[in-house]
This record gives sequence, C-alpha cells and structure tokens, in this order.
Amino acid sequence: MTTGRSEQLEALAAAYEAGGGHAATLFDRSSASLSVSGNAVIGSNEIPGVHIEGTALPNGVRAIITVDPGAVVPRPVHLCFGVVPEEGVQEIVSEYRIGDGARVAFVAHCTFPNALRVRHVMNARMHIGKRAEMTYSETHFHGDRGGAEVLPALKVFLDEGGVLKNEFRLTRGTVGRLQAEYDAEVGRDAVCEFYAKVYGKMEDRIVVRESIFLNGENARGLAKSRIVSSDRCQSEVIGEVVGNAPFSRGHIDCVEILKGAHARASAVPRLVVVDDRAKLTHEAAIGSVDKKQVETLMARGLGEDEAVDVVVRGMLR
Amino acid sequence: MLRLENVSLELGGKRILHDLNFETRPGEIHSILGANGTGKSTLASVILGLGGYRDIGGRILFHGEDITALGVSERAQRGITMAWQEPARFEGLSVGEYLAIGRRGARGDAPDPAECLLKVGLAPASYLARAVDATLSGGERKRIELASLLSMAPKLAILDEPDSGIDALSIDCVVEVIRTFSRNGTTVLLITHHEEVAEIADRASSLCGGTVLKTGDPVAVARFFRNHCQECLHVNVPQLGGLE
Repeated sequence: MTTGRSEQLEALAAAYEAGGGHAATLFDRSSASLSVSGNAVIGSNEIPGVHIEGTALPNGVRAIITVDPGAVVPRPVHLCFGVVPEEGVQEIVSEYRIGDGARVAFVAHCTFPNALRVRHVMNARMHIGKRAEMTYSETHFHGDRGGAEVLPALKVFLDEGGVLKNEFRLTRGTVGRLQAEYDAEVGRDAVCEFYAKVYGKMEDRIVVRESIFLNGENARGLAKSRIVSSDRCQSEVIGEVVGNAPFSRGHIDCVEILKGAHARASAVPRLVVVDDRAKLTHEAAIGSVDKKQVETLMARGLGEDEAVDVVVRGMLR
Repeated sequence: MLRLENVSLELGGKRILHDLNFETRPGEIHSILGANGTGKSTLASVILGLGGYRDIGGRILFHGEDITALGVSERAQRGITMAWQEPARFEGLSVGEYLAIGRRGARGDAPDPAECLLKVGLAPASYLARAVDATLSGGERKRIELASLLSMAPKLAILDEPDSGIDALSIDCVVEVIRTFSRNGTTVLLITHHEEVAEIADRASSLCGGTVLKTGDPVAVARFFRNHCQECLHVNVPQLGGLE
C-alpha cells in the first residue's frame, strides 16, 4: 500500500509538473499541502494554524481545510488534484473554513494530462471569516486530447470585512468541456473578486457563470473574465452582480477573443440593483484581437501571427 | 532615403491624399505641419503600410527599394516604425517586455530598455515591471511609446504628435528625445500641431488638402503654415478648387 501511494505520488508529481506546478512544493514540510489522485489522498501535510482532513469517497475525496482565526499563513497552501490515467471520474467535495482575521493563500493544480475520458467534479464551499483574507489560485491542465469534462462549482460566504480573490486559469493544452459555476454572498465591507482565464481550442466547450450577491453595506464585487476561443471552440460567459445593500459596488469585465472563422463566443451580463444606493457597472468586448494592438507590434517587427499571440498570451496571464 | 512619388489615396470614395510628393534625407528631423483633417496621420499610415492604407496610387521608395506592396512587418524589418498619437495598451504585457520586442531586430548598439526609459524621463525601477495597460496615464504611455522606438533604433521613426497630451514641462523632454533619435542616425518624421516643436526640425513640410504645399526651412514653413493654413480654406490647393 505504501509503495502504491509512493508510485501514485510520483505519477501525480509528474502530472503536477506537466500542468505548470512545481512538484517540490508538494513535498515541502514547511508548507501545508494536500495531494489527491483519483479517490485517494496520497499526501497531506499540516502546519500550525492549518488543518487538513481528507477522506475517501467512492469516486473522489472530501476535504475540509480549516485555517485558525488570526493565523497568518506564511507560505501558500498547495493543493493537487489529479487523474493520471486516460479515463476516470473524480469528485472533490471541499470546504474551506477561514477563521476571523486569518490570512492565507492557496495554490491549487488540477491536472489530467492524459485525459481521454476524464470527468472531474468539484463542489467547493468557502467560508471566509470577519476581516479574513484568502486568495485561491487554481490552474488546470487537461492535456492535448480534449478528453476532459470539468465541472467546478464554488459557493462563497464572506463575513464582514472578509476578502477573497479567486482565480481560475486554464490556458495550456485543451479544455475539453468546462462548466464553471461560481456564487458569492458578500457581507458588509467585504470584497469578492472572481477571475477566469481560459484558452479554448479545437472542439472545446466553455461556460463560465459567475454570480456575486452584494448583501452587506459597502460590499464590493468584481467578475473579470478573459476567454480566447480558437478553431471550433465555443464559449459563453454569464456574469451576474446583484446590489442588495446600500453603497455596494459591483463590476463585470468580460473580454472574449475569437481566433478563426469557426469559433463562437457569447457574453451575458446581468446587473440587478435592489438597493437604489448600490452602483453596478459592466463592460464586455467580444471579437477578434484589437487591430491597433496587432499593428503596433507588427510595427516593431513581429509577424501578424506572432503579434496576435503576444496579445492573447498577455491577456491570459 | 524615404521617397513618396505621386501618392494618392481614396477612402470611402473620398480622396484623402492627392499626388503627394515627398522626400526625407538620412538622419534629418522632418516636421509635417498641417491643420486637422489635412492628411497628416493618413500620410503616416500610408508610409507605415497599415491595413486600409495600402491601396494607393503612386509608389513609396525606401533606400531605393520599392516598398509600396510591403506590409507593416516587412517595412518594420527594414527599419520603418511609428509612435502612435494614442498608443495601444496591452493587458499583461510589461513595459520591459514591450520594449524588448522592438529591440529584437535592432542594431547591436541599440540601448537596452532601462536606458530607453531613462531617456524619456521614466525611472526603470518604477516602470519596467508595470503593465502597458490602462493603469498608465496618457502621458506615461506616450513616453513609453517613444522609449519603445528608441529600443528599436529604427532607420525611420514616424512620430505622430508625440507632444500632444504631454504637460508643458515635459515638452522639453520630448524634444530632447526627438534629437536623440537624430543623433543616433534615425531619420524622424515629426507630425505636430505645435510650431515651436516643428521648428526643431532640419526641414519641414506643410500639408494641406492631402498634398505637400511647401517644404524647406522649418521656421519659414511654420510661418507659411501660420499665415496660410491655420484658417485653411484650401486656397493654396488647386486640386481642391483653390488658388495657387
């Protein structure tokens, strides 16, 4: 069993590297970490202030990560979820409990490098306590075969003065099918920022839905999406901000770039003002790469394709 | 060096440039003066070869080579570039990276990005890592555009109103940068509304109704522009029904 886990950890570490992660962080005892392959917890490390419980489910893992009130976690907590074989199902049910006044950053990698028929379902809940700050950066790598189906769903609760910056990134390899659903309930003086950066290719299908409910006075929300669709990829971004409280402020910022004649994209912003002292705004741009940006780079000597690539790669950083 | 022969351009059925003849000399600063709508920026776009400005009558020669059919990249690779009046912004691209792009095809003695920023009055430590995006002010962005051209060390730099949107105190810095281009052997085509900036040139041309009316000493051309063109009725352009 120990040998099996060791081999799994090695395979997962290799997949983690393939997905852009630094595998050494998974073995660093001074950082909290959790590594899950399929439905097995193959590595877990706690540090003072950070508690990790991982239990196996029939098709995945339930993880509860607790950060003590007032804890300032000096290094990012590393999470690695992977399915190394070509086929498989992985369901992650996770809960993040960030205590009042705590400060913590998570770096998560979800890697399915050989995916031909891999289904990854993530149901996450984050509870961010009063004046706590959390950043959560999740990078996906699904290989080059377009065989992943990834369904992340996140529900966030921010108490008074809490701050969350959440980033989802899938810019290398193919996407397969992605349906990301994010919801946040934002309390008084709290701040929620959702960022999504995805590069779709071939037959990829991308749906990103972000909803932010500004429930407390002076709550702030931002949903920012940057999607590139090439080949025959189709993408849709649905952004929603609801201003339920006085002096709450929300903004949706969506840019979708189409490369090629057969890609498709749509954006649906929805702003709902319930309290007339709330202020909500949105901006969206869909189309080809900005001509002036491309011409400027061409005037520095780049060819057109390279200029487009520089613009796109910059946007997805 | 750069020579435009009988260049004409129609856009949307309207003739924008009329049999325009124009020439620059190696290493000179050549100002183009003209009121709004006289074709200055169009002329810049034609020389650079931007899309929509390539289907011209006449021809463009650069160092004796006919470049009329070449695109923007090919012209840039031959040493022609431009600083836009309102430069593009790039999300996720740092100032250092932006300057390095121009430097790739530059001569070996081209200054590095930090030097270029210093020359335009920006501290490298504060700017090299910043994104070339909307967080920069208009004035900062224009200076970075000039730095980008310095890093490219081009043979011909078209500067489209580098002095617009720049605070008065910074005009001297822009003028010094323009002189730096010339000192480094770059020919500068300087498009400006400001006579005092135009007068730093070695020569100047006055543009009206899409054609060059007068070329010569910059002070004389600026005086001509002030007396004849600022309240322009195209009285000097026979093609438009005016008097010569």
